[in-house]
Amino acid sequence: MKKSSLVIFTMLIVALILAACSSEPEQVEVTVEVTRIVEVPAEAEAAPMPAGEILQAVRDRGRLVCGARTDLAGFGYLAEDGTNAGFDIDFCRAVAAAVLGDSDAVEFVPLTAAERGPALQTGEIDVLSRNVTWTSSRDAQWGNFTNVMFYDGQGFMVPVALGISTLEELDGATVCVTSGTTTELNLSDAFRQRGMEFTPVVFEDTGTVYGTYESGGCDATTSDKSQLAAIRSGFANPDDHMILDITISEEPLTPATPSGDDQWFDIVKMVTYALINAEALGVNSGNVAEMVNSDDIAIRRLLGTEGEFGQADLGLDADFVVDVLTAVGNYGEIYDRYMGPDGVSFTLPRAQNNLWNNGGLIYAPPMK
Amino acid sequence: MKEPESNSSIFSYQGVPIWRDDRVLKGVAQVISALIVLGFLYFFISNVLVAADARGLSLGFDFLDEAAGFPLGESVIIDYDPSMSFLQAFAVGLLNTLKVSLIGIVLATFLGILVGVARLSTNWLIRNIANVYVEMFRNIPLLVTLFFIYFGVFQQLPSVQESFAIGRYIFLNQRGIYMAWFSSTSSTLAWTVILAIAIVLAMIVFVILGRYQISKGKETHPFLWALGISVILPLAGWFILPDKPLLVTLPVLARFNFEGGTVLTTQFTALLLGLVLYTAAFIAEIVRAGIQAVSKGQVEAARAIGLRPMQALRLVIFPQSLRVIIPPLISQYLNLTKNSSLAIAIGYPDLFSVGKITINQAGRAVPVFIMIMATYLLISLTYSVILNLYNRRITFEER
Repeated sequence: MKKSSLVIFTMLIVALILAACSSEPEQVEVTVEVTRIVEVPAEAEAAPMPAGEILQAVRDRGRLVCGARTDLAGFGYLAEDGTNAGFDIDFCRAVAAAVLGDSDAVEFVPLTAAERGPALQTGEIDVLSRNVTWTSSRDAQWGNFTNVMFYDGQGFMVPVALGISTLEELDGATVCVTSGTTTELNLSDAFRQRGMEFTPVVFEDTGTVYGTYESGGCDATTSDKSQLAAIRSGFANPDDHMILDITISEEPLTPATPSGDDQWFDIVKMVTYALINAEALGVNSGNVAEMVNSDDIAIRRLLGTEGEFGQADLGLDADFVVDVLTAVGNYGEIYDRYMGPDGVSFTLPRAQNNLWNNGGLIYAPPMK
Repeated sequence: MKEPESNSSIFSYQGVPIWRDDRVLKGVAQVISALIVLGFLYFFISNVLVAADARGLSLGFDFLDEAAGFPLGESVIIDYDPSMSFLQAFAVGLLNTLKVSLIGIVLATFLGILVGVARLSTNWLIRNIANVYVEMFRNIPLLVTLFFIYFGVFQQLPSVQESFAIGRYIFLNQRGIYMAWFSSTSSTLAWTVILAIAIVLAMIVFVILGRYQISKGKETHPFLWALGISVILPLAGWFILPDKPLLVTLPVLARFNFEGGTVLTTQFTALLLGLVLYTAAFIAEIVRAGIQAVSKGQVEAARAIGLRPMQALRLVIFPQSLRVIIPPLISQYLNLTKNSSLAIAIGYPDLFSVGKITINQAGRAVPVFIMIMATYLLISLTYSVILNLYNRRITFEER
């Protein structure tokens, strides 16, 4: 008897706690309405620069949560000392330097291609920088896409021994591809459009995709050309494989932020502008300390020495660009670090990823 | 109101108060546990709804009619192409799961029984081979086994151009097993009907003759009769029908792959092999335990009336051990079915992997996960209902 009444008592407590929890959403709704009606003027007075939810959360937490990858040379990989490195990774570090003043205050969440959409939708990550192609449906469903950081296109890699140079010659081939990607959709579109047959071999894990291709399980593999170049560089015999001179799609790789926080969206966009404008103005990690005292008014504005381009409106420090450039350098430096002539990962000509005034497509609005 | 009244009339002179009445307490406990369960459900569901609303996520199922767009490696029954809808792609995944799990269950059962019996063999070598097999596969995670089979075995096979060939009929390479297979003609349907009738007829004859043999004590050869019927009728059909009902097509190496015949892809074969080897190790243990649960007197009695060891096993021990074997066997079948979702690791387009792709391409996590979970639940419940019916029959007969 005593035992059972004790059990019942515990159950009652649990039930009460649950009841309290389950009624929470309703309570939240009520308070929100009250604040909306009563406190709007007061709030505006008290805080002239209202910090958005994400910025506040990042600052309270003391670190940025960045959706990234750890398995793609050049873009997101683990360096020999075990730290995260790569083009996409450095962008997250730039955002962390901008909002926290510390480029190491980043928590990298490794995501597969299939996991990245939900991770952004649920707000589990603050920034998604994991070579994501910006598409209209992803923009509508996943979150906000900021500014194209890398213009890519989908290509094909085949063994040199096959002696192939056009897409048409791949009719009937077995093609390895990563699931949950635009690549997968483009592949089937490209073959269907030309009335060609292929056997898809689809994996969620890119390691398995390229492992199967390298061992001969597929005749060809397809992905963004930059990714193919990265993968090829890691093969045992890179010279046995070639990337076909075909591009079947446009893949603008773009960092994205969760929906519903305009301020955070603007902050991340502004970091992309800063990186690009810094390269255009010739400011880099080496000379940023001197450039603070430059005579060029555009440079002085960019580095926060004089004037203002909206930093304060977004809750950022006047000289946040100095922190960003000191930590990771400008756009060109980040590119060259991994993919330039002396890049640690592989060499990929800038081509369309050059600045607009150098014949490329990389462009950012002026910082004014 | 009624409850306390009758309560007081019966127990009034004993003076058991309501809060110590066992029936009342049990009733209250039931109500509270129901409330807790409902509270949990309410909490989770409202949480999903509120969160989805706040983030502007759609929870509807309308997207299922849209074109899927993504390619899938293989499909059965449905001839899938990327212009089909998400729902059809999901159906392809479901059929692929059913295919691998049903074939897997049959093979794992045979292998499991074989190994389970071998574990009890009097032959030292056979017994220990079975021991090593069981201990090895039971103690290595299935995912690891799958990766090993996929990368360590199948990817190491010769390339398509240098396939390992058995005559002109079977080719083994990295991409799968290409086999000669049948292609249908105008007479195929008619012949399939004849075949089905022949098999049913053979089963009926087998049962009737079997009963006759037992009741009259005369040798009637039921097995031979059944075999004869199931061979002669289809053979007759083969020659009477206008076209040959089945033509054999041989796999021929085209530019990239073999064409013609049929193929068991590496992905399918690796998954099937992994599931069978893993589950059979558990089934072997269940079979061993089942056999050892039959009392020793039964074995001795069977031997005493002159049955040979295999006869004793088949006629006396195994039927009795089924009572012990079937219930845990059902849960192994369900395990195999659920474990088939590991297909995602090695690229077999099963229910879960198609579901994951759909989540990504359609951007609808919650509805698709609900579909995936509901479908697995449905498959598992169907399997267990069927097997439980069988189990009930077996236990009943034994009593």
